[in-house]
This record gives sequence, C-alpha cells and structure tokens, in this order.
Amino acid sequence: MMTDGHAMQVSIADRLWPCAAVAALAGAVTAALILQTFAAAENATATIDNFTFAPERLIVHAGTTVTWRNEDDIPHTVASESRLFKSQALDTDDSFSFTFTNPGTYQYFCSLHPRMTGTVVVEP
Amino acid sequence: MANSADGSNDGISRRSVLECMTWAGTGVLWTISGGVPHSLGLIDEAIAAEPNKFTFMQISDSHVGFDKPANPNVIGTLEEAIAKIKSLPAKPSFLIHTGDITHLSKPAEFDNAQGVLSKVGMDVHYVPGEHDLLDENAKLYLERYGKNAKGAGWYSFDAGGAHFVGLVNVANLKAGGLGNLGDEQLKWLADDLKGKSAETPIVVFAHIPLWTVYEKWGWGTDDGARALELLKRFGSVTVLNGHIHQVMQKVEGNVAFHTAMATAFPQPAPGAAPSPGPMKVPDDKLRSLLGITEVDIMRGQQRLALIDKPLQG
Repeated sequence: MMTDGHAMQVSIADRLWPCAAVAALAGAVTAALILQTFAAAENATATIDNFTFAPERLIVHAGTTVTWRNEDDIPHTVASESRLFKSQALDTDDSFSFTFTNPGTYQYFCSLHPRMTGTVVVEP
Repeated sequence: MANSADGSNDGISRRSVLECMTWAGTGVLWTISGGVPHSLGLIDEAIAAEPNKFTFMQISDSHVGFDKPANPNVIGTLEEAIAKIKSLPAKPSFLIHTGDITHLSKPAEFDNAQGVLSKVGMDVHYVPGEHDLLDENAKLYLERYGKNAKGAGWYSFDAGGAHFVGLVNVANLKAGGLGNLGDEQLKWLADDLKGKSAETPIVVFAHIPLWTVYEKWGWGTDDGARALELLKRFGSVTVLNGHIHQVMQKVEGNVAFHTAMATAFPQPAPGAAPSPGPMKVPDDKLRSLLGITEVDIMRGQQRLALIDKPLQG
C-alpha cells in the first residue's frame, strides 16, 4: 500500500515537472502545492467480513486516509477507542474513511459487536 | 432445531444439545419447579390442565430493514408471527419484544415494525437490541419506547403475580467486551428488587443473553453475573433473551435461562460457522427456524412454562 503511494507520487511529479518549468510563477506555485498535497495523500484500505477487521493491524504513514469497507451481510461500525473517530452503522458495501494525521497507535472496534477489534499504527 | 437445518452442522448440533439443552420444538412444554425442569407433555394437554394460567408472549429479532438472502421478507415473517399469536386459543396478556426490532435504526424501519406490531392487539413491552440504538443518542428508540424507562431504556412492571424487569445490555459497549449493563443500571436493579418477597416470580428480559452462551461470538454479558447475584434470593427467576436467533436453555439453581428464535433469520449454532452472521437455509426450512415463545405463569405455583412455536413445522 505504502509502496504504491510513493510510486504514484513520483510519476505525478515527473509529469508535472515540465509543466512547472514553462509556467508563470503563479502556475509554479500551484504545481508545488499539488505536489505537496499528493505527497501526503496516501490511501489504505481495510475490509470488514465475517465479523473481522482485515488486516487486523494496519501500518501506514502519517497523512494516510484509511477506508474500511463492510463486505459482511450484517452492519458494523468502526469506532476509535479514544473516540477520535466513529462511523455510522455501515450496511453491506458501505465505506468509512478517516485520515490519520498524527503518528501513534490507534485501537478501534465495532460498537455493535465489540469483540471485533483492530489497530492502525501510524508512522511518521 | 436451528442446528439441524443444515446437515453439515449435525455434529455441532448434537454437542450443543448435550451441552446447552438446545432445542426448538413444537408442542414440548416444560416448567420449572424449585429450579428443576419438568416436562409436562404436549402443549394442548398441559394448557387444558391449567385453566388458571396467566400467559404472555415473547418475540425477538425482527430486524425490519434486513433484505439479504437469508430472508428478503422480514416484514412478511413478522406478520406471520403476529398472526400466530393472534390465533392462539387463549389470548395472552401482553407481548415482550427482546430487541433488534429494526436492522439499522432508521425511522422508516421503526415505522414499518410498529405498523405490524400494533396489529397484535395487546400491550408490547420492548427492550432494545444493538441494532435499535444506532442513531445519535438512540433518540428514535427512546422516543418511541423509552417514555417510562430509565437510562438507556430499562424499567420494571408487575403482572400476573410476577415482577417483570426489562434490562438494556447493548448500550455503551466496550472494545473487546460482551454485552454490558453498567453500574447505573445494576444499582437501579438492586433498588428495584428491594422489598420484593423471595416468593415473587421474577422475569428478566434483555436482548443479549445474560449468561455466556459463546464468548468468542460475543454471546454473553460481561456483568450479567452481578445481575444474577441480585436475583439469587428469589425462588423463581426466568431470564428471557434474544440476539442469537435460536433457542437455547439452561437451568442454574432457581434461574431458568431461555433465548428465543428470531422472526427475521436464523443464525448458526455456536462455532458451527466462521461467524455468527445470518444463516441461509433452504426456503422451505426458513419458517421452521423462526418463531415465537409462549410463557405461562401458573397462579399459585412458582413455575413458568416456556413453549417455543416455530412459524411453521
């Protein structure tokens, strides 16, 4: 997941670089902002099925948006133990996303079926 | 019976029967007397022998809003359950619904459930399941059913010579845990039971089983033992639950535990599947795994008789 994110960042930078070179100053600044946004905008996914979060432990970089998708035939929620985030009830095929800005270890669970637990580890 | 619907579960089924006295049947009636279960024989025979009885019904887990293959028509099967109750020869005094009225706590789901349940023609006493408290602050459930209740929806009342206690063990669940009653509710329960004579039959109803049926699937209540401690001085305690969508029974001292079938869809026997999700059974088997429970209190005798009646079969 992480590798993909970096790969995307490089290819976008390659494509954007010639544009920035020929653009006016304002344009160059915009391009730089786009690059910065992209560097932080990594994505990761987790699935919910059979009353289980998978992967149960997800390791991402700070700035990553994690999306949980419920593939089970019963509703679940994604609720942070520290109450940092909590999804609505996710019916089958519903998703919930949260962007992890700060490094740390985040424990979460399903508030309907609290035996279901997971962890997101956010590295710098 | 929930277990024998799928031939592949037969091994688990037999073990569950031995361990948990699991059954779900037609026409078998049993009663508790001094904590010892007795079979009284066939329903009609037993009912005929007890003209003085006080009867109420239990239904559970209607999951209105559920539309997956395990039962795409949960309104239809709820209607069948209500029709079955209405067709009983002796009209029960009231109905208890042990939660998961709706699937996603949506206003339309509550409305649709109410549309069917109001046709039963008797009082309905509810406790919420975890599926009924999904909106902000459980507003929709409490607005409808919590008017005379405390906290997340617990309350008590007296009827037929027995004391009925509706408990809520699906609110503020803790990560890694099971069902939970919490200190505030347990304190209320202790106060509520004060002054009740030990001879008063007690009927406790809550969504998740108060006893641990299967911890791995969350089928139990973390502080259920604290509630049972408060109940142990009573000569007759009957605990009615839902949540697991199948009949299970256990007798411990003077306490009889019983879980009801759902009206919506069956769930697998403990450990019989990778997860406790809805169990798809052949269409012609579904109605034998859904149903209602009739509870009789024999006046002047400290015993309750529970009869599980499938919608069909």
